[in-house]
Amino acid sequence: MTATVHVSDVTKAYGRIRAVRDASFTLGQGELVALIGHNGAGKTTLMKLMLGLIRPTSGSIEVLGDNPAAGEFAGRRQLGYLPENVSFDPALTGRETQAFYARLKREPVAKALELLDAVGLGAASRRRVNTYSKGMRQRLGLAQALLGQPRVLLLDEPTTGLDPELRQTFYDIIARLAAAGATVLLSSHALTELEERAGRVIIMNRGIKVADGSIDELRRLARLPTRIRLRVAGLAPSELPGWAPKDATCRRLNGHIVEIDAAPERKIELLHRATAAGNSVEDVDVVPPTLDELYAHFLRQSEQAP
Amino acid sequence: MNVLIIAAKEIHQAIRNRWVLAATLLLAGLALSLTFLGSAPTGNVGVRALDVVIVSLSSLTIFLVPLIALLISHDAIIGEMERGTMLLLLSYPIARWQVLLGKFLGHLAVLGFATCLGYGAAVGALAATGSDIDGDSLLAFAAMVGSSVLLGAAFVAIGYLVSALVRDRGTAAGICVGLWLLLVLIYDMALLGVLALDQGRSISATVLNALLLSNPTDAYRLINLTGFANVSTFAGMAGLAQSTSLTIPVLLTTLLSWTLLPLGLAAVAFSRREL
Repeated sequence: MTATVHVSDVTKAYGRIRAVRDASFTLGQGELVALIGHNGAGKTTLMKLMLGLIRPTSGSIEVLGDNPAAGEFAGRRQLGYLPENVSFDPALTGRETQAFYARLKREPVAKALELLDAVGLGAASRRRVNTYSKGMRQRLGLAQALLGQPRVLLLDEPTTGLDPELRQTFYDIIARLAAAGATVLLSSHALTELEERAGRVIIMNRGIKVADGSIDELRRLARLPTRIRLRVAGLAPSELPGWAPKDATCRRLNGHIVEIDAAPERKIELLHRATAAGNSVEDVDVVPPTLDELYAHFLRQSEQAP
Repeated sequence: MNVLIIAAKEIHQAIRNRWVLAATLLLAGLALSLTFLGSAPTGNVGVRALDVVIVSLSSLTIFLVPLIALLISHDAIIGEMERGTMLLLLSYPIARWQVLLGKFLGHLAVLGFATCLGYGAAVGALAATGSDIDGDSLLAFAAMVGSSVLLGAAFVAIGYLVSALVRDRGTAAGICVGLWLLLVLIYDMALLGVLALDQGRSISATVLNALLLSNPTDAYRLINLTGFANVSTFAGMAGLAQSTSLTIPVLLTTLLSWTLLPLGLAAVAFSRREL
């Protein structure tokens, strides 16, 4: 795996506020990385640092072989960026805007205009941008970010304002690009959407990287319980089944459902006990900790650490 | 290449926003009214009409062209930053100085187009009404148009410098209005007052020259009112024209440095900005 983005010991201070503190990570080819954190956790600052829009207070960054802080930009022909609140010159039409950005990247204009159809802008692309809704501007923003064959894509809150159908299309496009070897870094609040798609998650809190890894790795690290939900027939409303372990939290949810918080390594054992007891277990659901829960866990952990 | 792409977009936008139309119509309208009304005091006998037009048009230029130039340029950097379009533009493979230079060429083209067409209308109107226009006058007129564009370039560059330094658009607009008042109106009045008070005791010709050169509008005025003998007689500047040691090349160099220096400083300020 070849690395496309190196961030080493980067700190960015605005006066006394440190927006990013000693962040280090490397992003490789073909990775789809989710960058998550509260507002003000340093996600946008990290992307701006990678683009050379701001310079790090200390530490160094390399993107596609360039040092963006020194104003090097040769690699940016293969870089796509979608800012958080994307805006365009209101007097130009969508097509004119896309053609302008295509020329800057030395991409054939005809091919660039096809992207407008791919993001579903179609007929609206002949209208001026100042008539666009937020969702349409976001589509145009995506179209320009996808120009050329980007090897690195930095997407800041890319799915805000997109309707569910386009979100699906968007994630399909992103997944295809990642499969073709592009590095995709996307920040988002829509954690449930990212859960199935991101191969790797970086969690930021107050400028500090608090977790970094695949969702499975984070689950192992967090040691959050997996919830096993069983539908059991013939139990009194507040009664727990006899086989329920004394050392795990069990609770009754409603009429028939028993929920057990199982430590990761006890999942199988508990399932065995439930079925072996011969009690009438009618249905089983196993819910691993979601990205939402992992996120909350790592934030709590980093707040408790000095 | 990048520079030309930016310049083409600026021109495109200026046409779309009707900037080009507005500036051209304004300059043409004023040039035409000066051409026909301005000949009233001199009458039509024995005076070459175009020379009179040059005198009145160059006085008009000093007020108007800097104003138009500052209007289009004060917003160029800070405006795009506030609207958020700069963020995206700078994520493309383009250097910041290329953005600035491209904008400069685009804005200069708009200004040059408006000036040439607007003032050209005056010559066209004179020729159409049957006035004699000789080669000398035409040359002086061409020089006037050329130096007007150069004056515009200087103020576009000054506008960029302001735009690259300030924190918001309102401040940029305020500073530009202040600069316009200072350089176009107040400076000359203050200079006259000082000269009248001083009675030539401590301000030598060299100091006066330096003072004149430190304002681009004065350099422009000297080029047009003293540079051509046939014009300077009407401008009432014949006396000054003979005594001043400021030659056309010196004056042109001054205007050119008033363009290049602010432009260079704007590029430096812009390249250090964080956004």
